[in-house]
Formats: sequence, C-alpha cells, structure tokens
Amino acid sequence: MATDTLTAVQQEYEIVIGLEVHTQLLTDSKMFCSCNTHYANDEANTHICPVCMGMPGVLPVINKQAVDFTFMVGLALNCSIPELAKFDRKNYFYPDLPKGYQISQYDMPFCVNGSLEITVNGAIKKIGVTRAHLEEDTGRLVHSANNWGEGYSLVDWNRAGIPLLEIVSEPDMRSPEEARLYMQKLRSILVNLGVSSGKMEEGSLRCDANISLRKHGETKLGVKTEIKNMNSFRAVQRALEYEAQRQMEVLSNGGVIVQETRGWVETRGVTVSQRVKEYADDYRYFPEPDLPHIEVARNWVEGIRSQMPELPDARRDRFIRDYALPIGDAELLAGDRAIAHYFEDTTAALQGDDIAGRARLAANWVMGDLSRLLNASETEISNCPISAPHLAALIDAVTQGKITGKQAKDILERAYQTHESPDAIIQREGIASVSDTAAIEAFVQEAVTTNPKAVADYQKGKGNAVQFLIGQVMRLSKGSAKPDVVQPILIAALDKLAQ
Amino acid sequence: MELTRDEVMRIAQLARIKLTEEEVTSLASQLSNILGHIAAMQEVDTSGVPISASILPVTNVMREDAAEPSLPIDEALANTPEREDNFARVKAVLE
Ligand SMILES: [Zn+2]
Repeated sequence: MATDTLTAVQQEYEIVIGLEVHTQLLTDSKMFCSCNTHYANDEANTHICPVCMGMPGVLPVINKQAVDFTFMVGLALNCSIPELAKFDRKNYFYPDLPKGYQISQYDMPFCVNGSLEITVNGAIKKIGVTRAHLEEDTGRLVHSANNWGEGYSLVDWNRAGIPLLEIVSEPDMRSPEEARLYMQKLRSILVNLGVSSGKMEEGSLRCDANISLRKHGETKLGVKTEIKNMNSFRAVQRALEYEAQRQMEVLSNGGVIVQETRGWVETRGVTVSQRVKEYADDYRYFPEPDLPHIEVARNWVEGIRSQMPELPDARRDRFIRDYALPIGDAELLAGDRAIAHYFEDTTAALQGDDIAGRARLAANWVMGDLSRLLNASETEISNCPISAPHLAALIDAVTQGKITGKQAKDILERAYQTHESPDAIIQREGIASVSDTAAIEAFVQEAVTTNPKAVADYQKGKGNAVQFLIGQVMRLSKGSAKPDVVQPILIAALDKLAQ
Repeated sequence: MELTRDEVMRIAQLARIKLTEEEVTSLASQLSNILGHIAAMQEVDTSGVPISASILPVTNVMREDAAEPSLPIDEALANTPEREDNFARVKAVLE
C-alpha cells in the first residue's frame, strides 16, 4: 500500500496496535516431557511420548530450563516476577492438540508489567508489556487430498509440547511501522539472550496483532480485529497497513468493524476473515491439577539476573558513551551480539590513540562494505572469512596512506572470496598507493590533454570540472592514486595552462 | 439459577458430546443444581484466605533439561484410527 494512503488513515484516525508474540524456547527437551526438541530434520511423529500425547495416567513435569529462560526474558523486558505462579488448562478440541487441552498460564503468569523501548525517527518510545507466560506448542497439520479431490489433513505431533513463551504487549503502538520495530527489537532481545532462534519464516517466532482505529482524541478503543499468518517483519508492517486501510474504508462508509480473526495472505497482499475456533470464554481455563504451584524465591530471580548477557539497549548506550557513535549506528551495531563483537574487536585492533576515530572507521567498514559482502553471500558475521584483526590491518593500511580506500575495497572483496588475509594479497601483489609525484604528473598530463572540454569548463569557472578530471586521473592510475594528492597537482597543471 | 436448553447444548457441543432431548432436560436441572452449590460457596467471605487452587503439599517440582528417547513410531501411533506413512490422518481441517 502506498504511504499516502496510510497518511490518509492517520489524518482521520488514530491506529491502535497491540502484539502477541510467541517464541519457541531453545531447550533440549520438551516443556513437560523428555522428548528431544531437535526434530527439524526428522520424520513425523518420531519425537512423541505418552506425556506429550496426553495418554491416561501420565504426569507432566516442568522443564526448569524453560522457566529460567522465561525469567531471563521477563527481566530483559523490565517485568515484575510475581512470587507465586501456576499453570492452567486451556480446553479446546483440535487435531494438532493431542491432549484436548493446552497447558498454559491464565491468571498467574511468570512475568507481568514490563516494557520495551523502540527507536522511532530517532526518538525512543516505550511500549508496555502486559505479561509473558509459558505454555506448550501444538502439533503441525499438513493438508492433502485423495485421488478424488477430497481433502484431508495429516498430523505431526513432533512440535506438540515444545516450550512456547507468549509475550503480550499493551495496545501502545500507533503505526504499522512501530509494530515492525517492536517485533524487530523483541527478536533482537530474544536472540541475544540465546533463548530463541528468532526465525519468523520457520515459525519459531510468531506474531499476531490486534488492530483498531479510533477518531483522534477519542479515549475508548475501537472494535479490533486480530491478524495472523504474518511470517516476516515486512509482512507485519504490510498486513497492518492493509488492515488499517480496510477498517477505514468500512468506517467511512458508515459500516461497523466486526471483531474477528483475519489471516494475512502474503501473495495477494490482503487480510481475509477466518473461521472462528471458539469464543475466548469457552476455553474453560482451570488450574492444571497435575502441576504444583511454582514459588519464585527472590534469590532464584537474582541468580538469573546475574547470568544475563549484555542486552541491545545497554550495549547501544555503551557504544554511544564509549565510542561516541551516533544513535542510529549504535542501535544497528548493538542489535546483534555477533556484529557488536566484530565491531568492538575491529575497533580494538586498529592503531592510533583516538578511540572515537577508530570506532567510526570500524563502524563504517562493518556496516558498509563488509555487511554488503555478508548480505550478498547470505553469510552470518560469525562465519565471516575475514577476521576482525585482518579488517583492522586493512583499514590501518588506508589510514597510513599505504593503499587507497578504493584499493582497500577491492582487496576486501577479493580476500572475502578467496579467504586469504587482505595483507597477504597486498604483500604478494605489491599493491601500494601511488604517491610518487612524477607518476601522478604523467597521469594528470594525460587527463588534461585528452579532455579539452573539461579544461575549458574549468577555465570558465565550473568547479565540477575538477572533480571530473580527478576521476580521470584515478581511472588512469587504476585507483592507486590518492585524490588528495592528485588535486593540488591537477590544479597547478590547469592554472599553468591558463597562463 | 436455571440453565436454558441452549446453554446445555452449547456445553455439549464444546465437549463434543451428542445428547438426546431427555438427556438435555435432565442435565439442565442437574447442572443447575451444581451451579447452585457453587453460587452458595461463592457467598463465603474468603478475603485473606490464601489461594488453594492446588491442594498438593509440594511446590516447584521440576526436572533438568535433558532429552531422552521418545516412543518407537509404531507404538506412538498404535491408537491412531487412520495412519498415512508416519502421520495420523484426520478429516480435513482448515487452518
Ligand atoms: Zn513427549
């Protein structure tokens, strides 16, 4: 949808969005049984047992690691951790739910009243987190048809019982962009904590959104719809942009919004109404009789807090403080733990006393040329063929005038492809910047002779003619001349011609 | 409080139970009686009484996160009415 259509919605209405995010937790065994969670490459139904299948007479036992992970997330989201928590049964019938109920948490979740900060247009905005609670994932349905075209479904319960953390936000987001930023920030926190693989495309991280419109100044919330099936950050933003526009059309034609679940259809770029499973009241939650309460001693929580790794926001603030990075760069570099480490390692390995200067160089190379190479080859920075010290040596060679920036970019790209160290390429091929005045004068002479029009332009006072001629000299030197050395020699030559 | 016929039918539908007309009538009165008992209990002042959703004398029963082998596939799917390869086969379900 075009941005101007969204602007039209926002002129008349305030968009109100809240998100429910589910993430699988990276435990080795399931939430309430010992089945192995690493089922991705295995046959259907090879990771199931009497407990996760809900056979009569079995008893679930809580996986402590999943609870620890939940507290880590709660603390990272500035939540309160109540001293008493319990599990409840959420009852409904669906083939992907082998027990006929899902063990979840209803009125006494592990984490409540938190918040998360997003950066919107350079300003920090706080989004409330209502609660985070632990539950179990369902199985997976595959749809099929027989030779007569009659549809049926196949069920794989390998996923049933995987620990699932649900994080519910307050309806604090005011645009689809804010919803996407919240989702990206939350993913960054979860992945940094090492509790989630964060893969939206594979469904290990999922997002449902509640969205409604209301007239500006209205304090009562409008009727909301719930949007599902958004499998990427981009889909979150696009689906909500579409839905905001759809709701506005309904309202401005005098219609009313029906509270319903709608699915995002990526290929068509629309949301469509989905069949309702049950009404919320009909889940008939009741306390899980097979699981005792959990008393959360304060030293348990403090023990978790003391083991927490540095989080993106704290790291961003540290990068601004210690390296004087602008907030945008700091946010970008701090968001991913591996990228942050690479940046810091590069900065540390660079020569010179000016930390801010070194950090700026490292940030530019890591976010610029290196990121481009990594993205193009779909490589994680942890598998980068060029180590941080090697990148630092390359940057140092530019700073010291041994090679030009242009040469460095070429060497980086070649070293990236061949897995050699940049230094080895420089040594072997004897690459060095040309600062030899005689050689540059020859190139300048050639550029001036072969480009009389540019020379004439210069004499008429057109400043950009100089840039053009410097470019010609660079080209003739195959990038080995340094522009700041070329410029005075070129201007001297041009001025001499004018006399 | 008296449950209506529709309310009984709705509860039966949620529990996937088929009821005859006679059963609906008799269940309406039985369930109404049960709700009456609950309503009477709810009149008791329980402020200051600790929650008793669990009557178990234990808390914090947990296990370490260690994976163990699951069931062999034929045992795991032994109760499945219809099977196709390694999957359980069910009526078409729309996502
Ligand atoms: Zn199991």
